[in-house]
Amino acid sequence: MNAPAYNFAYLDEQTKRMIRRAILKAIAIPGYQVPFASREMPMPYGWGTGGVQVTAAILGPQDVLKVIDQGSDDTTNAISIRKFFARTAGVATTTATDEATVIQTRHRIPETALHENQVLVYQVPIPEPLRFLEPRETETRRMHALAEYGLMHVKLYEDIARFGHIATAYAYPVKVNARYVMDPSPTPKFDNPKMDNCPALQLFGAGREKRIYAIPPYTQVVSLDFEDHPFEPYRFNAPCALCAAENSYLDEIVTDDKGGRMFVCSDTDYCESRQAAGHHGSQSAAPYKEKAQGGSHD
Amino acid sequence: MIEQDLPDQDVADRDVLETDQPLLIAAGLGKSYGRIAACRDVSFSLYPGEVLAIVGESGSGKSTLLQLLSGQLAASAGHVSYRMRDGVTRDLATLGEAERRFLFRTDWGFVHQDPAQGLRMAVSAGANVGERLMAVGWNHYGRIRDTASDWLTRVEIDVARIDDAPRTYSGGMRQRLQIARNLVTEPRLVFMDEPTGGLDVSVQARLLDLLRSLVAELNLAVVIVTHDLAVARLLSHRVMVMKGGRVIETGLTDQVLDDPREPYTQLLVSSILPP
Amino acid sequence: MYVAVKGGERAIENAHRLLANARRGDQSVADITLDQISEQLGLAVDRVMSEGSLYDRELAALAIKQARGDLIEAIFLVRAFRATLPRFGASEPVDTGAMRVQRRVSSTFKDIPGGQILGPTFDYTHRLLDPSLAEGFVPEAPATAEASTAPTPRVTDILGRDGLIEPSPQAEDGAGVGDLTREPLNFPANRDLRLQNLARGDEGFLLAMGYSTQRGYGRNHPFAGEIRFGEVEVEFAAEDVGFAVPLGSIELTECQMVNQFKGSATEAPCFTRGYGLAFGQSERKTMSMALVDRALRARELGEEAIAPAQDEEFVMSHSDNVQATGFVEHLKLPHYVDFQSELGLLRKLRKEFAEANAPDAMKEAAE
Repeated sequence: MNAPAYNFAYLDEQTKRMIRRAILKAIAIPGYQVPFASREMPMPYGWGTGGVQVTAAILGPQDVLKVIDQGSDDTTNAISIRKFFARTAGVATTTATDEATVIQTRHRIPETALHENQVLVYQVPIPEPLRFLEPRETETRRMHALAEYGLMHVKLYEDIARFGHIATAYAYPVKVNARYVMDPSPTPKFDNPKMDNCPALQLFGAGREKRIYAIPPYTQVVSLDFEDHPFEPYRFNAPCALCAAENSYLDEIVTDDKGGRMFVCSDTDYCESRQAAGHHGSQSAAPYKEKAQGGSHD
Repeated sequence: MIEQDLPDQDVADRDVLETDQPLLIAAGLGKSYGRIAACRDVSFSLYPGEVLAIVGESGSGKSTLLQLLSGQLAASAGHVSYRMRDGVTRDLATLGEAERRFLFRTDWGFVHQDPAQGLRMAVSAGANVGERLMAVGWNHYGRIRDTASDWLTRVEIDVARIDDAPRTYSGGMRQRLQIARNLVTEPRLVFMDEPTGGLDVSVQARLLDLLRSLVAELNLAVVIVTHDLAVARLLSHRVMVMKGGRVIETGLTDQVLDDPREPYTQLLVSSILPP
Repeated sequence: MYVAVKGGERAIENAHRLLANARRGDQSVADITLDQISEQLGLAVDRVMSEGSLYDRELAALAIKQARGDLIEAIFLVRAFRATLPRFGASEPVDTGAMRVQRRVSSTFKDIPGGQILGPTFDYTHRLLDPSLAEGFVPEAPATAEASTAPTPRVTDILGRDGLIEPSPQAEDGAGVGDLTREPLNFPANRDLRLQNLARGDEGFLLAMGYSTQRGYGRNHPFAGEIRFGEVEVEFAAEDVGFAVPLGSIELTECQMVNQFKGSATEAPCFTRGYGLAFGQSERKTMSMALVDRALRARELGEEAIAPAQDEEFVMSHSDNVQATGFVEHLKLPHYVDFQSELGLLRKLRKEFAEANAPDAMKEAAE
């Protein structure tokens, strides 16, 4: 029987070079989806195989890796991916956003501002922002090539006509460098503004769909909207019950079966750092009720 | 080219350059599939504000010709040129796909016989009309909606139906919506493929009336394909009769229909009732 | 007081231990051996090798054991291992005409050179549960004969000699064979990539797609020209040796469908081909594959592509069960933050709806 023996960070060097070429092309054309020969990874498609391949291709022995899922370092899939790289690459891992050189994420951008020497790697399920408007790859590629984005605005128009608002809460489409419309991965729209003019390199990997795309540092990223219906990030209007943060994205925790709710930071590292620095919240919140003071919360 | 009085006197006030140069020129146009020539050696010039009807039976090559003229089909022989908004006349074959598609959603319109081909049946009428505006960069929801409402009114659709999808519309309403969707960017040239086909006679009459007044009002140049000579008589200034892929007779509409030269045209004319 | 959930790492480790125990089952029952799986669940092994696209009975048996008999999971294990193997090159095309045939049937001719050979098959068994199989069953010895030395030409070659079927489309000289596990797939795809995709595709998906063509969704009037199963030699042309080196033999099933003819003013009418090939004995898979292959040739043969099985992008994007299961099952992963954002939006819309639809009196009071 062939006994398996694996390379540093699992992928063989030839595959890594192929992925790095795709990454370089992606950086050169911000927001453009570069096809790449995604490998079958030892974890299921749709569970971060794209992000894992990107991370594997850029990871060096000196790197410090952080992996989050839903903002948390301790969700099972984040643990599983962190262990995978600890085992196959032997790199140092951390939960502190500041200390990491590579951060792989699913569905969130950390609250702590990123800096120039960091790479944020997103796991992407469906890279094509036009996919649910036009299922055919041949057609969507043509639409991108010709910058024909009228259909995307039709969708936004329909939302407003029906609901009075743009009814997209996550995976909110953006235009990168005034050219390509891009799917930011299913991050809540709260995170969209963090992508704009970000000092860190942002890489996006979609394994099952075999696409890599990128936002180079300090690139303009604009959320699509109308002048009279501007993009608005959403955040539940309450301080974090644990660290009293007023500006972080919150998880809603169901505390009982009688409508009890509390809201805490989804970014666990951010929340814990604030608590360590002496910030304390109420630790419990009234059942579903936003702060009494007025003002729009989204 | 034929000199004639244009239907709308306002046109005479327009810049001379605008009207005395052809908008669309076909030169020796042909298309063959293997050994079968679907269309051959078609030449003509179309001027701003002029309506040209291409008539003939099915299989005469008129639909192929429309596809050649609108750049949807590559010609096997000859050229189609179009005078762009900047005044430069260009061979369509030399346009890039991006330029061609841009032309298609700005300066051109295409009205299909089946509205389902020209509309997004599942999205609202407002978005159907607004799409072309958004595609050219309109970014103000209120203004897009106002313009869409205005166009619905112009094509006699109740503005209260603006948020309904065309699949809830009648056949005649769908066709009028398709026309509004095409005209919202104020194109100079519109292609029409049997626009009244498949509609009831009374619905047809209303649609033709509407088309006639819009064409005059907007000074549209139109190439319309129809097998119905009554449609040609009502809308067009000039007629081309096609048979077996060739143009067999061409001239002013009244002349051709009242006093046809070719036996085939005589046969076509005798098979319809006088207007 | 609320404490954020911790201990995911310990939970994962224990879940793995639970899985190991569930896999082993009652430890008073004997551990199943790889030989037993390979010998007695041979068709499961064949399927895992085919869709895992790796010919190794022992590894496939191990994968089936590790996957607790879940064949898609086993295929996934084999695929992930295969992805790490170095590539030395591609073998020479195997010659299925020279197959040592164990089974061979044709529905187009009553008798063919080399004969019809029924071989080991479920066909014509009565599907009655057999209690004697429950334990200690010893089958009767089958009748055997000397292996025939008579050639068994492929039925499509017999038809091809008279020009009654289109020649098998040949790749251009020097054109390499595509490999969708090494290069990104673009549409439209060539037939080599389509066939590779179908060979790796899920048997159930191909069965349903092939079946749909028979029921009229892209019908192309097939006859089972021939289905053959047996052993073929695999050879590798080693450049430094200068000739093809035999690597060994593998078992294959091949199905060639003979389909409705095409023709035009310039071309004489002839039958068209649909092709299926799989590791081991996989008749359902190869027959389905041949139907779908033919359906996907619609564009090339100038047919109108209107049915799902004729839609290359649809078929090729959804045939892979490892991709499909990953994405369907990823819905198990946490989506808290998206859901929270969606909840926020929905609450807002409902609030506005309630306000807009409140009785006038309330509206006024609120103003």
